[in-house]
Amino acid sequence: MTHRKTYALFVVAIACAAALFNAVPATAASRNLILATTTSTQDSGLLDVLIPAFEKKTGFFAKTIAVGSGQAMAMGEKGEADVLLVHSPAAEEKFMKDGFGASRALVMHNDFIIVGPPSDPAGVKGTKPSSSALKKIAEKGALFLSRGDKSGTHSKELGLWKSAGVAYEGKPWYQQTGLGMGQTLSVAAEKKGYTLADRGTYLAMKKSLGLDVLVEGDKDLLNVYHVIVVNPAKWPKVNAEGAKAFAEFMVAADTQKTIGTFGVEKFGAPLFFPDAGKKFEDLGK
Amino acid sequence: MQMILDGLREALRLLVTLDPEIVRIVVLSLKVSGIATLVALIIGLSGGVALAFLRFPGRNIVVSAVNTGMGVPPVVVGLFVSILLWRNGPLGMLELLYTPTAMIVAQVVIATPIVMGISLAALQALPEMLRWQAVGLGASRLQTVWILVREARLPLLAAVMAGFGGVISEIGASIMVGGNIKGYTRVLTTATVMETSRGNFEIAIGLGILLLLLTFGVNATLTKIQQRERPR
Repeated sequence: MTHRKTYALFVVAIACAAALFNAVPATAASRNLILATTTSTQDSGLLDVLIPAFEKKTGFFAKTIAVGSGQAMAMGEKGEADVLLVHSPAAEEKFMKDGFGASRALVMHNDFIIVGPPSDPAGVKGTKPSSSALKKIAEKGALFLSRGDKSGTHSKELGLWKSAGVAYEGKPWYQQTGLGMGQTLSVAAEKKGYTLADRGTYLAMKKSLGLDVLVEGDKDLLNVYHVIVVNPAKWPKVNAEGAKAFAEFMVAADTQKTIGTFGVEKFGAPLFFPDAGKKFEDLGK
Repeated sequence: MQMILDGLREALRLLVTLDPEIVRIVVLSLKVSGIATLVALIIGLSGGVALAFLRFPGRNIVVSAVNTGMGVPPVVVGLFVSILLWRNGPLGMLELLYTPTAMIVAQVVIATPIVMGISLAALQALPEMLRWQAVGLGASRLQTVWILVREARLPLLAAVMAGFGGVISEIGASIMVGGNIKGYTRVLTTATVMETSRGNFEIAIGLGILLLLLTFGVNATLTKIQQRERPR
């Protein structure tokens, strides 16, 4: 009897709580849009500028969930997100091939950089290509911090190790943080280690880090962001209309202009370069 | 050291300027955790009363479960609540994931065992005689319960404080079921983590101090009520 009573109370309580909050946007279900994205777009502050503009323009309410690209795509595969803004091209192509995405468009790029302590114990400064820089780090056994979270940056890093042909797994100098980009940079700064970072997050955090850019400007280090509309044919609950609106918003001329100028005032250089309408193969040429 | 000082200054600035973003975060934190604590109090107290006064088979298992629940990591609660609330999950039709309501649900799950466990302990600590006295004086069952709950009201306030303290400082569940959405589900703890990962340590320290002040304020108020009369 008490069990039933407790359960009834529980249901009433949830209903009350729901009623209290339903005055907030949550009621118009189809107006809600779940955007799963990488931490770099949030940590750099870009989305704080773009999302309000998108909401004002389209009337959708975008719920930004900032996770790694890997988790964002996992959410898309399960139909738990409507639209993705991610930077893990190889995994994205698989995602599209498996039919989880309805459409995919190039949005912008910046680049990855290898950062490390100014003393540069492995002597990688200016080394090209980036894979030989990693080889030097491995040879010296200098501390390297990996994201280790299946994010876009992590998969890029794994690709670089592969082309360097170095066994890194289980080595004492190779440590995985399992954290986002910002936190991993902080760990690298504290432990005076090397790490691979996207330039946007690095620039946004530069003042508190004390890490130098050691390797940059290599074509392998291109960091490309695509917007993907999750396939409503697989998951009927996906807000296809909202997702499409967001994808169109991201490649619209105004938005692209905002992306190109974002960060110039604060950091002296743009954090992202707009690429709508370009071809993936032509980037970095 | 400089950074801590900057953090203190930032906290002061956040407090004084009443930045609308910060105000929204503080209000939401209070609202979500306050409602969650209230709901947890209703469920926890009823459960505590039932467990204290009823004898039924399997009661010990239930009590053990409640005591275990007092220490369940919020992130585990967050994981299970998100799985339940996923669009394609069993409660998907409610469309509650990434809403303040979802955060309240998760926090209720976290706080209820805390409130229930402490109320059970408080009620069981009452002298057995009190109950028989009430019954002897002709009190009905409900009246007896009421008398005993009134008698245990001081430790019960401790249950409320523990429950509230547990949920307002909790992050694992809030970030998983709320999503840390700006202006919608961003609370003090999730904002602190985000500002830390953005490298804005001054703001993060400021938010942390704000959270401390807030919990201190709520607890000081409750303690004042509790200590107004000394227990016999």
